[in-house]
Amino acid sequence: MSQPAVRNAVIIGGNRIPFARSNTAYVNASNQDMFTAALEGLVARFGLQGQRIGAVSGGAVLKHSKDFNLIRECVLGSSLDAATPAYDVQMACATGMEAIGSLANKIKLGQLESAIGGGVDTTSDAPIAVSEALRGILLELSRARTTKAKLAALAKIRPAHLAPSAPGTGEPRTGLSMGDHQAITTKAWGITRQAQDELALASHKNLAAAYDRGFFNDLITPFNGLSKDNNLRADSTMEKLGKLKPAFGKNLGDAATMTAGNSTPLTDGASAVLLGSEEYAKDNDLPMLANFVDFEAGAVDFVHGAEGLLMAPAYATARLLKRNNLSLQDFDFYEIHEAFAGTVLATLKAWEDEEFCREKLGLDAPLGAIDRSKLNVNGSSLAAGHPFAATGGRIIASTAKMLHEKGSGRALISVCAAGGQGVVAILEARN
Amino acid sequence: MADKYMELVNTGFTKKLAKLLGLPRPPRLRRYGADTPLLPGPVLVLGQSPKAQQLSDTLISWDLDVRRHDAGDTKLGGIILLLDELTHPEQLSPLMLAAGKALRNLVPGARVVSFSRQALDSDKPAVAAVRQGIDGAIRSLGREMRGGATANGIVLQEGTEITSPSAIGALNFFLSGRSAYVDGQFLTVKTTDGELPEDFHKPLAGKVAVVTGAARGIGAAISRTLARDGAQVVVVDMPQAGESLAAVANEIGATTLQLDVTAKDAGQQIIDHAIKRHGSLDIVVHNAGITRDKLLANMDETRWDSVIAVNIASQLRMNEIFLAAKLPGLRIVSLASTSGIAGNRGQTNYAASKGGVIGMVHSSAKLFAAAGGSIAAVAPGFIETEMTAKIPLGTRTVARMVLPSLMQGGLPEDVAEAIAFLSSDAAAGLNGQVLRVCGQSLVGA
Repeated sequence: MSQPAVRNAVIIGGNRIPFARSNTAYVNASNQDMFTAALEGLVARFGLQGQRIGAVSGGAVLKHSKDFNLIRECVLGSSLDAATPAYDVQMACATGMEAIGSLANKIKLGQLESAIGGGVDTTSDAPIAVSEALRGILLELSRARTTKAKLAALAKIRPAHLAPSAPGTGEPRTGLSMGDHQAITTKAWGITRQAQDELALASHKNLAAAYDRGFFNDLITPFNGLSKDNNLRADSTMEKLGKLKPAFGKNLGDAATMTAGNSTPLTDGASAVLLGSEEYAKDNDLPMLANFVDFEAGAVDFVHGAEGLLMAPAYATARLLKRNNLSLQDFDFYEIHEAFAGTVLATLKAWEDEEFCREKLGLDAPLGAIDRSKLNVNGSSLAAGHPFAATGGRIIASTAKMLHEKGSGRALISVCAAGGQGVVAILEARN
Repeated sequence: MADKYMELVNTGFTKKLAKLLGLPRPPRLRRYGADTPLLPGPVLVLGQSPKAQQLSDTLISWDLDVRRHDAGDTKLGGIILLLDELTHPEQLSPLMLAAGKALRNLVPGARVVSFSRQALDSDKPAVAAVRQGIDGAIRSLGREMRGGATANGIVLQEGTEITSPSAIGALNFFLSGRSAYVDGQFLTVKTTDGELPEDFHKPLAGKVAVVTGAARGIGAAISRTLARDGAQVVVVDMPQAGESLAAVANEIGATTLQLDVTAKDAGQQIIDHAIKRHGSLDIVVHNAGITRDKLLANMDETRWDSVIAVNIASQLRMNEIFLAAKLPGLRIVSLASTSGIAGNRGQTNYAASKGGVIGMVHSSAKLFAAAGGSIAAVAPGFIETEMTAKIPLGTRTVARMVLPSLMQGGLPEDVAEAIAFLSSDAAAGLNGQVLRVCGQSLVGA
């Protein structure tokens, strides 16, 4: 059997709903509601009604057990052909990146002609579990066959068992929140409060400017009365950001630099990206914004303190660049997900650091500095918010559009994730 | 849009009660359906015209039962009056009286359509008199019709005949349920341009149509109707209206374009989207519009300027871009308003914009015709929409019932039907006209 040649996977376009701070505009919306809305906006934008898409893949980080087939349920509730297969993917905050990257690979191999990838998350409608003790008793109750055994099981329930167990963003193996983890990294790399606040301010200003020039007109479809990300503070200033008290790493005392202003808030939202082969795009008169060139996942041992929780993309990038024979400076846009301003700044600093690049990345020379004017030019998560699994789709769609507008060049995308992981990707402009 | 009052006076015991009390009983209008016949009964053709036989053949091809004489023994679905050969008011008598006699046999939802010639200043006085007289007679007849029946007229300009494509197209429109809320109106066939559709149920097959302000109300109805008639539709609305815009698109297989029509490059964005995604741009419906009502004494700059910017300035700018692009056969249909014709208290800004649309349409007709296209406008009267639903119940009931001959407000679909017809190739010879869809309201005569 002959192997098919690898072909291009192109990004046709994307759609997301505006992102909303937790417990605001989408307080009554479920993951299914939001991803369906993102999907419906995408279908409407590209006229996909009744079409059978090769596959729809995505997921959510915070997920109810009833949502075992979340993406498929969304497809069934959409205007797509019900014969469109769909499946869930979960890789913490890199869910969207992993979903889209894997779909791109299938397109490259000729297994898919068209695909939709993305993600969704809500912290407003987060699942709440019963306590472990109560869960054990309830399972015992379901196994009980006699009334006596059932009563015996029920009798074990104590008031303390009724306290629900809410999900957090804490790392199971360290008990530390993500912010407190990043605070360690931020301090280790000597990232100043000033630098973090400047990055946050730039994010808000850039996002506001992008809205003003209509950049998001074909990237966002309003939902539930919201037409813009409601975390955006177009009038933010260094003074305002400077007044905020530290929110993470409080045990660091005066060295604590991470505030609610330079960290992402809990956010609700959903995003979806349409990909296809060149043939699919041409046959359906659809635009080709960018090629999805390659992607790479990384993971670090943060548990034993060998590396910071959110530093995996620094490692993955080195491998991705090497595989593609590129230097860090060979890009026109850098989209580094702003989980925290400290994450972005620590990553940049690590790439410039000779010792880190030699010892950790095994490179002869540091990857070097990037042109900061090419970083997150239309704002990123500090301004838009960060509904975990939806962030990858937001960045990929926006970046593909930026490349298409420019008409040439390539972009590096980096998204860190819980569990010490991350996914990085390269996109290349189509004109 | 269920109207409680109409339901009450037209059904069961309350119908009898309403009759007894002499309450106005707004009729159910006969609207278009793909499976319903063009007319609800035989059509009586009265009068003589050189092409009367060809016209009869056309009517027969539409599956109509054509009668040349009224035996008085059958119910009729419509009457066509051929008045285009008359040269003196005295000649009106036999035809009008014969029509009058036949009125008794009309079924609910029937149609009367007249053909006449346009009165010109160069006509002999008697010729001009009869031609203009027909205008008054048909408009008056419209007010006398009952049971949702209407009377409208087709005026032929020199060089056109009752069998010219747009005359036939207009006749089909007036006879059909598509013209349910059009009453006492005239369409003037100016040229022999135009092409009749292969299938009158799919007059827009193969066309790419852009509708602005499509997220809700009349715009959504226009989009649905154009899609039903066979067009590939692009729905346009403000980015803020994107959620309902997407719902409309997914319902009818359209694509969305989130766009502020007042943006400088709005016209170019529309062209790019339509051509790149759908291969051509054949129809643009300028429907996007806003109201910011205030008495002029209390009017501020924001209210005035925003209405002008959205309702007329944006259309002027987009049309310039469309004209410069020389899109072959482009048909534009704009939304005017009876406010722009008759005026409306509290709407000086709105009426200026809608009157402006009418002026623009008249003056742009030649420009669009140069590339084989056309431009027209539809002026809706009282239409039942989310917007008019906010008018207090009492005022609303009076506005929709007492004023128009049809004793009710129109539906967004009624406006949409007129727009779909004027955007079809059959309407090419009607270039530059404004059609009122108002149920023959008293406003603006």
